Amino acid sequence: MHVSRHSRLRDVSYFGSLILIAVSVMLACSQPANALPAFARKYGLRCSACHESWPMLNYFGQKFKDNGYQLMNDRDAPIWQNPGYWPVTFRITPIWHRVSTGKVLVDTYGPTGTGGSQVTGSAIQRITTSGFDLSGLDFHTGGTLEKNFSFYVLPSSDNTASFHFETVMARLDNLFGSPWFNVKLGKFELDNLLSEKRILTLTGNGGIYQLYHFVPVGDGNIFGQMGDNQLGVEVMGHSWDDRTRYSAALLSTSDGTVGMPYGNAYTGFFAASQAFDTGKAGVQRVGFYAMVGEAPTTWLTNGGPSSYIAGSGAGNKTFSREGFVGQFYFGQHIDLQVVTQHGEDSAWFGQGYGDVIDGVSTANNQTGTVLPPGSRSPSWNGVLLEPHYVYSPQLIFIGRYETIRMSQQSTPGTASNLGNISTYTIGYRYNPFMTSRAGFAWHNEYNWLHQDGTGPTLGLSSTNVNTSELLLGFDFDF
Amino acid sequence: MQRNNLRKWSLLLGAAAIVALPMPSWAQLTQYDLETRMGTESHVGNITGHAKDAKADYRRYCVVCHGTLGDGNGESFPWVDPKPRDFQLGVFKCRSTPTGTLPTDQDLFDTIARGLDRSNMPQWSTFTKQERADLVAWVKHFSPRWANEKPGTPITIPPEPEVTAERIKAGRDVFARVQCWKCHGVQGMANGPSASTLTDDLGRPIQPFNFTDGSRPKCGDTDRDIYRIFMTGLDGTPMPSFADNIKPDEAWDLVFYLRTFMSQHSKEKAIAKQLGLKPVDPNAPAGQQ
Repeated sequence: MHVSRHSRLRDVSYFGSLILIAVSVMLACSQPANALPAFARKYGLRCSACHESWPMLNYFGQKFKDNGYQLMNDRDAPIWQNPGYWPVTFRITPIWHRVSTGKVLVDTYGPTGTGGSQVTGSAIQRITTSGFDLSGLDFHTGGTLEKNFSFYVLPSSDNTASFHFETVMARLDNLFGSPWFNVKLGKFELDNLLSEKRILTLTGNGGIYQLYHFVPVGDGNIFGQMGDNQLGVEVMGHSWDDRTRYSAALLSTSDGTVGMPYGNAYTGFFAASQAFDTGKAGVQRVGFYAMVGEAPTTWLTNGGPSSYIAGSGAGNKTFSREGFVGQFYFGQHIDLQVVTQHGEDSAWFGQGYGDVIDGVSTANNQTGTVLPPGSRSPSWNGVLLEPHYVYSPQLIFIGRYETIRMSQQSTPGTASNLGNISTYTIGYRYNPFMTSRAGFAWHNEYNWLHQDGTGPTLGLSSTNVNTSELLLGFDFDF
Repeated sequence: MQRNNLRKWSLLLGAAAIVALPMPSWAQLTQYDLETRMGTESHVGNITGHAKDAKADYRRYCVVCHGTLGDGNGESFPWVDPKPRDFQLGVFKCRSTPTGTLPTDQDLFDTIARGLDRSNMPQWSTFTKQERADLVAWVKHFSPRWANEKPGTPITIPPEPEVTAERIKAGRDVFARVQCWKCHGVQGMANGPSASTLTDDLGRPIQPFNFTDGSRPKCGDTDRDIYRIFMTGLDGTPMPSFADNIKPDEAWDLVFYLRTFMSQHSKEKAIAKQLGLKPVDPNAPAGQQ
């Protein structure tokens, strides 16, 4: 036992030393930060002009995006660029990671018999996996087609190179000569001030905002995920200095899935924010958002009760997500990003009706279906706190705490904490160099996630699941 | 004899070397020089800017073009056109002060937020006022001019008179008399006979402003801004100050006439259309436009 502990300690020390050496070498080799791909190549600006740390936008980058990827200097149209300029950035991340998941249900085996090993029962076990891996590959291409006509296309793959369209949109900017009126059509990220698509963390659980994807246990509604890019049209406007901004989007209730596999339901998303000049502290921004939509619970079938006809969804029920957003800066080095959320789904979703196309739900709200007595609309509250310490544009330390607490379960008698989530993430990103042609970050991150009651029960009332992940990698784009 | 000549030449060369060697250090600003000027301040309204507080912002946003030493020789220098400003020279286009003088802190403060149209200098309106004032101090710390000179006194701009047909016609006469057309063209399309020959003070080609293509004048697009531009000139460029050639009232006439070229709808444009105003004739005798 002692030997094992010492051995583990030695391994950790050795591993830690390797990290320290790697970081030291990178620090020693550091060069002045320069510029970055795509937009930086176009405008000759350093990546740090638009990004607090790539890919997270700072205020100037947000303004650039709100202007339709334009500096508004009368040189935004591609006609002003060298014909050889191609607005494309590739991004991929080779990594080493260690994932540890607690309370996985596994088979247990008895002694070998004449017929081979016999499954004799089940047990709960932690599974830990480590190894070298890849992220998916993103092809970012965006910019202007002409002054005040902008676009963004992002074919994105998983780590097996299976592609989908993450973003495809065209935008008419500054309609009627006013920054208050811009129209975007296609598949795009919702106007989340704290953008998940520009998140600074990469682990499985830490690489998303749990708040943007939360679905109560047993709930059949997957359509309220603010973190997923959505199909629709957005009207957006802002003051010339971007201090005041708003957006309103009408979306197909499809969670961004193409091909209209669901029904004729729509969702609205509205966001507004105001920034304030607070002198040396910086520009502070506060805002709110609301997502209100309908999604189907009734499906036509052909060939049996589970042979659902795609696109036939009806019996729409409502859901909502709303909250506040704050971006607080404390000088040039420290900031805190805050998002809150109150979410609520119709009792129908809470009872498992909803997305049958993806198999999330198997219940169908056909004529005569009634909800179990006492069924209620599930609701929850959550908060996300993400502080940053920006040592320099090349080095950022990241922390995050998220918690989501159910305030009402759909089925009376259900444990009040079932599905609650708490998660912590810490990490740093170091860019040893940035040139006008490429970006490169040494990324190191640790995430720990706890969820109440979602582990296998094995006769117990409920078990909680803890998952952790350590990740190191080279996040680069060019 | 030969030995004497050799000694003489050696002495001369030695003396020349002693005189010449320090010269590069006069011409080239060093990091050390900049450190000694880190106490530079700016004053904009009731805000005091401090150069030392702008270091991080300059590094994050500005250094890529303007360079570590503020000489406009940043990483993007080879790729951008117009070239980034060399702050060490202490020469600025957008001023409220007479030609040849230093701009006020307010001038630099406004330029940072307004940006410079048709260049890679964006509108940095996202800074707080304090951050902008700090950056003004930082810009000043690059040039020794601020240590030895005071900014000029801002020119006085009289109240804007009412636009009339007579004033627009008078403005046309001013346009012809001071020969704006030589660079800007008779229709303000930047195609005058001198347009293709223009260079800035550093010998780089530069184009005159095209009033007709919808772009904004670099130093602001209000009537007062346009008035200010030709009364102060754009230092470092071929655009001179006409303060000695144009009376204040005539300057307003010229503003109104220039508005008739611009693509945006304006009262001046409507009046010019009503008058059937023709472009100036470069060959017409003086006073007979």
